Order: sequence, then C-alpha cells, then structure tokens
Amino acid sequence: MTPRGRRVRVSAAVVLALALSAGGAFAVNPGEQLPDPAQEARAREISAELRCMVCQNQSIDDSDAPLAKDLRLLVRERIKAGDSDRQVLSFLTDRYGEFVLLRPRLRGETLLLWGFAPAILVLGLAGYAFWAFRVRRRSAAAQGLTEEERARVEALLDRDVEPGRPG
Amino acid sequence: MIAEAGHYALVLALALALLQASLPLWGARTRDAALMGLASPLAVAQFVLVAAAFAALTHAYVTSDFSLLNVVENSHSAKPLIYKISGVWGNHEGSLLLWVLILVLFGALVALFGRNLPMRLKADVLAAQAMVSVAFLLFVLVTSNPFRRLLPAPLEGQDLNPLLQDPGLAIHPPLLYVGYVGFSMAFSFAVAALLEGRVDAAWARWVRPWTLMAWCFLTLGIAMGSYWAYYELGWGGFWFWDPVENASLMPWLSGTALLHSAVVMEKREALKVWTILLALLTFALSLLGTFLVRSGVLTSVHAFAVDPARGVAILIILSVFVGGSLTLYAFRAPVLKQGGLFAPVSREGALVMNNIFLTAACAAVFIGTLYPLALEAFTGEKISVGPPFFNMTFGPIMLPVLMVMPFAPLLAWKRGDALRAAQGLTLAFGVAILGTALVAGLLRGGPTLAPLGVGLALFAIVGAFAEIQERTKLFRAPLGESFRRARGLPSSAWGGAFAHAGLGVTLLGVVAATAWSSESIVALKPGDTAKLAGMELTFEGLSERDGPNYRSTIAALKVREDGKEIATLEPGRRLYTARKMDLSESSIATFGFSQLYASMAEARDDGETGLRLHYKPLVVLIWLGAVIMGFGGVLSLADRRLRVGAPRKAARPSPALQPAE
Repeated sequence: MTPRGRRVRVSAAVVLALALSAGGAFAVNPGEQLPDPAQEARAREISAELRCMVCQNQSIDDSDAPLAKDLRLLVRERIKAGDSDRQVLSFLTDRYGEFVLLRPRLRGETLLLWGFAPAILVLGLAGYAFWAFRVRRRSAAAQGLTEEERARVEALLDRDVEPGRPG
Repeated sequence: MIAEAGHYALVLALALALLQASLPLWGARTRDAALMGLASPLAVAQFVLVAAAFAALTHAYVTSDFSLLNVVENSHSAKPLIYKISGVWGNHEGSLLLWVLILVLFGALVALFGRNLPMRLKADVLAAQAMVSVAFLLFVLVTSNPFRRLLPAPLEGQDLNPLLQDPGLAIHPPLLYVGYVGFSMAFSFAVAALLEGRVDAAWARWVRPWTLMAWCFLTLGIAMGSYWAYYELGWGGFWFWDPVENASLMPWLSGTALLHSAVVMEKREALKVWTILLALLTFALSLLGTFLVRSGVLTSVHAFAVDPARGVAILIILSVFVGGSLTLYAFRAPVLKQGGLFAPVSREGALVMNNIFLTAACAAVFIGTLYPLALEAFTGEKISVGPPFFNMTFGPIMLPVLMVMPFAPLLAWKRGDALRAAQGLTLAFGVAILGTALVAGLLRGGPTLAPLGVGLALFAIVGAFAEIQERTKLFRAPLGESFRRARGLPSSAWGGAFAHAGLGVTLLGVVAATAWSSESIVALKPGDTAKLAGMELTFEGLSERDGPNYRSTIAALKVREDGKEIATLEPGRRLYTARKMDLSESSIATFGFSQLYASMAEARDDGETGLRLHYKPLVVLIWLGAVIMGFGGVLSLADRRLRVGAPRKAARPSPALQPAE
C-alpha cells in the first residue's frame, strides 16, 4: 500500500489542467472522512500543513487535484495505523521531500527564513532603546540635573505612580 | 486605425515623459523658472496621451476587434459588456497600460492641484514621477505592446479567463493599482526631498494626503480581492497567503507605517530620515509586487504572464529604482536635520513602536514570499512556505500592534503618561474583559485562545474611540456639550478612530470565522437533508441554466431553521464553452454578519451530488472592517488642515485644534 511506486512523475501542467477541468471531486470528499471525529480532526490539521505539490500554493486540504486526494487518504491511513502527527509528517517528507511541508522545518537552509522577521524586530527595538537611552542622558545633562537629583526625581515619580496603578 | 493611433499616442507620451524627467530637473538645479514651469503642462499632456491610448484599447475590446492579438486572446463577442471592459486590464499588456495610466494621472493631479507647492519641489517631484513613467512606457512599448495586430483576424476570440469574469474582479485591479501606484507620489516626493536636501513639516503635509489616498484604495482593493477569492475559489477561505496576495499586503503594511511616521514628522519634525526611507521602501515594495505578479516567477491564478524576457525587464526596472533611490538616500539622508526629541512613553514613542512592529510584520511577509524563490535560484532546493508559516510569524508580530494601538492617541506628544492613557481606556478594558468572559462561558468548542482574540478585538474597537471620548468629555460633561465638542473635532481625529476601529472589526471577523466556523461535506440525493449550525439544508435537486458564454448546473438547497424557510442556496458549476473550463460557483446566504456558504462538486448520474457547506460566523466583519478603515482614511482626507496645503512659516498647527493632553 505504500505509494513508493506512485511518485509524482506527471508534469505539473498536465495535472493543473486536470485539476481545472476534471472538477468532479473537491477537497475532502464525503467518502474520505474517517469515522472517528477526533482522528478526522487530526487528519484535517495535518492536511493543512501539507502542500498539494502539483497545485499553486494550496494545501492538500483545500485542493481537488487527484494527487491531493491520494495524500489525504495516505494521511488518514497512517493515522488509522496509529502514527503520531510527527510520524505522519516524517513519513511524507521521507517520500516527497521537504517541499511537501507548508511550514518548513528549522534547519541550516531555513535559518534566515525563520530568523529574518524576529531579527528585524529585535534590531528595531534595540536600536530604539539605545536611542531613547542616549536622549535621556543627553536631556538629563542638558537640564543640569546631577546624578543625585535625578535619582530623587525618579524616586518621586515612582512613588507617585505606584498607588494609582490599576489592576 | 484607432489602435494605431493609440500606439502612436503611447510613443508620444514616452517622448514627453523623457522631457519631463530631464528639463524640470535641470531647471531646478540652475534655477531656471521657464524649465521648471515645463513640468506641469508636460505632465498633463502625458496623461491625455496615455488616456487616449487606453481609450483606444477599450474601444477595441468593446467592439470585439479581433484583428488585435490582445483582444483575441482575452475576449469573446458573447461576453457581457462589463467583462469586455474589464477584459482590458484582465491581461498582462492591458493591466500594465492601466498601471501607466494611473501613474500619469497622479502626475497630472500634482500638476493641476499642486499650485501652492514650492516651484523647485514641484519640478523635482514631477521629474521623479516622469522617470518612473519613462521606464514603464518603455516596458509596455518594447515587451508588452497591447496594440499588436493579428493577420488574418480570427472570427472569434478565446475569451477571458472565466475566473476573472466576475464583478469583484472587474474593479479589484483598478482599486489595487491606484493604491500601488499612488505610493509613487510618496516616492517622488522623497526623491525630491533628497535632491533638495531639505525636508520639513510642510513636506510631510504634502505627502500625507497622497499616501492616505493610495492607502485607502489599497485597503479596499485588498479587501475586494480577498472577498473575490472567498466566493470565487470555492473553498471558503478569505486569505491564502498566496504570493500575489502578499505582494499587495507588503506595500499596505509599510504604507501604513509611512502614514504614521509622516504624522510624527508633520507634528514634531522628528523621524525625518526614517520617513523618507519608508516612502522609498513602500514604493519599492509596490514595484516588487508588480514584478512578482507580472514576471511570472510565481505561477498562480493571478499571473497571466509567463515570459522570462518581461520578468528580466521588470527586474531591471526594480533594481534601477530601488538601487538608485537608496544610493541617493545613502548620500543625502545625513544632510537632513533631525528634529524634536521625545521620551519613550509619548505619542511619538508609540508611533515608533507601530513602525517597528509593522516593519517586522512586513519583513515576515517579505521573507516568506521571496525565500523559496531565492533558495531555489541559488541552491536548487525547493521548499514551500505556506499559511502555517505566516500564521506563526506574522500573527505574533501583529498582536502587540493591536494592543498598543488604542493607547497611542491618548498619549501626549513629547512625554506621555501611560497610566493616564490606561485610565482613558477603562471602558475599552471593561468591554474587552466582559466580552472575553461571555464568549468563553457561552461558546464551548473552538480554540482556547479564541475568546482572548475576541477580547483584543473589542479592546481595539472600543479603545479606538477613547480619544474622541476624552476630547468630547463624554460622560463627564452634559451630552449637549459633548455633542458640540464632537462636531468641533477635526475630521482627522474621527478618521483615525474609524481606521483603528476598522482593524479591530476585521480582527473580530477573522477570529470568529476561524474559531467557530462549522463545515459539513456531504453527498446528497434529491430530498436529502444535511444539518449545519442548527440549520437544515434540504437538497431540492439539480437544474440546468445557460448564461451568455457558459452553461451551468445548479443545485438548489432550501435552508430551514426551526422548520421555517429562511434562505435558498444555489451553488453550481459553470462550463465556459470557449475555454472549456469548468468552475465551481459558490452560493452564499448572509444572516446579519454571518454567512452560510455552499459549493458543489459534479453530480453523479444517479443525482447524488457532493456538497461542501460552511457556516462562517461574523465572516462579513473581515471585509466590513476594511471598508471602515477606508472610510476612516477618507474622513481624514476631508480634514481642512490637509486640504489647505502647506502653510509656509506658520507651520505650527493652531493650539485650538490640538488635544489638551
């Protein structure tokens, strides 16, 4: 029953044409669903993470391409066989490669992908904090407050602030 | 003959654009008023010529002139008139022509309405604008000529892609393009500011209305595209993180950041260098969007052009403008003087936070869209980046934006008081906590975090009006006085409140429709009944119906609640005869803000029909929120202070219009 022999060899264009013209079935056909609702829910969740490899940016859960259907059945088969979510996913990546995952795993090649936005965020916040710190020192210096005076001001401000803090 | 005239008009427009890109610029450097004065008439003439070309192409479509290759490939004589017209921009060549038309329209608007712009600034702005139109006119004429003839002319055309034959898609591209291309104004003004080496509050006041207008159109355009995908693609999703969608989301995010930083610049003369950079980046992202959609690097429903020569040409345009403007920026930005200082907790500080988080969110979309392309180009390895990635990166970055959003308008400029702002939000906090508790208590099922999402959305919606509440002394003064104060508020205050509330409304729709939607996938025989969300849907049977250029099969569903008939759904499938394409046509019934959604698979011979039924609570709010945001933007645009243009020396807004705090 393993789809080892059924690897995708059909050219994408042909399948795309099929997907557009066949139109018979659509994503998750009535007959495909698992009887156990908990298992079916897991299957849907996993399906949303898997790419329909012959479609344009669709998960197998959304696609009505024949290949997506095969994969949906395969996911349900593995779940019935007792695989965990992680096992189902690695079963699929072993056969179809990383391309099948809509959420790439964190590895050397995807470090930049995962790290870029957080890095921008951290850099932005750090830059701003640095700037704010400098401005504070400069304006404190400009106002001619000594270190001691500043501490007193801060203490006063803190005391004012504390009691009124809402829950 | 008309087509040739159109082609000729484009060539003339290119010649004028070349003049406009050079002479006024030279005039501005040599202080030659005559040369600078050329900019405006050239911009207007350029617009007239491109408009004539566009009219010529539209004429060919309306009269089904199949001697034009472009018309043959994208039209059909039996097509309804509206799709003949929308067919003009439903293809690569025509949509680029529309792009150029909007670009030169903006140039003409600056020429006509920018009478009180300083002469040199105006000359520089129009020259920069003309450089963009030179590039795109060349691109249209050399690689994407819509006026190419076909001999012998066929008797019938190949029809427009049926997916695009839809009222939503007829207006989606123009809206989106006004948004994209509108940001070219911000770009041109930024380039002009860098050339001048001077930027001040007046500059920000000039740029803001243009950016705001572009932003409104982009907001509506994106919402329209999302609604189209929702009902046309037939699986009930409203946002797919498709690269083409992302291409429009990126300029929206950075454009939103730009609007906010321009406020700081206008009021406080701070963040100058950053605002200029954002203006350049926003247009760069618009160009990137054009590149992604038009080059065919992404093949998706939207990308009709799969032609590497064009892709390379757009990539060159992109690198020249991005590279050129950033180089100019690197040399000239240090010249700009930095303005007012402010404490971290202040209006400025909150707006900086807005900018940092929106930029990071934009970065998440950017890397997720481009990384798979880059990785494949450099290493040959193929990976997929889909919705689960964006939900994990984009979502958490946007959350703080929504949380800080209601605070910002309550903070004073220079130095604010977070505690007082929080007190001003008492009502919002109350409503949010109450809403979260109610939802958590009443609705079982759905993700555990969903009630918190509802709470955050309510906080954003109610909190958006906290500034209005504060400034009208609502509940603290007699109602009459509050009303009088409310009328006296500048419309930009109302605009900001509505725009912020709109974002909250959209969030509410997203949370509700994601967390509590129910779905049923069934195969029914005529007479069978399916149950969904407390409703009974009875399948009445199939019928055939023919449209002007398609044949369709329709499944009739009677919807009953408590035995009472409340709606009829008619999902169907259409076979477009010219292209032999079979499409699912979904059917939607709206109850309040919630929708019942049905789409159908092909019927079997025994009449058993596959149906996919969704109930999506509050889903309409997603798009309604965008409309409210756009409405807020329009209100802001109507503000008197923006309309009168830039006062010279008395740049300080009068104190009466400022909030007390």
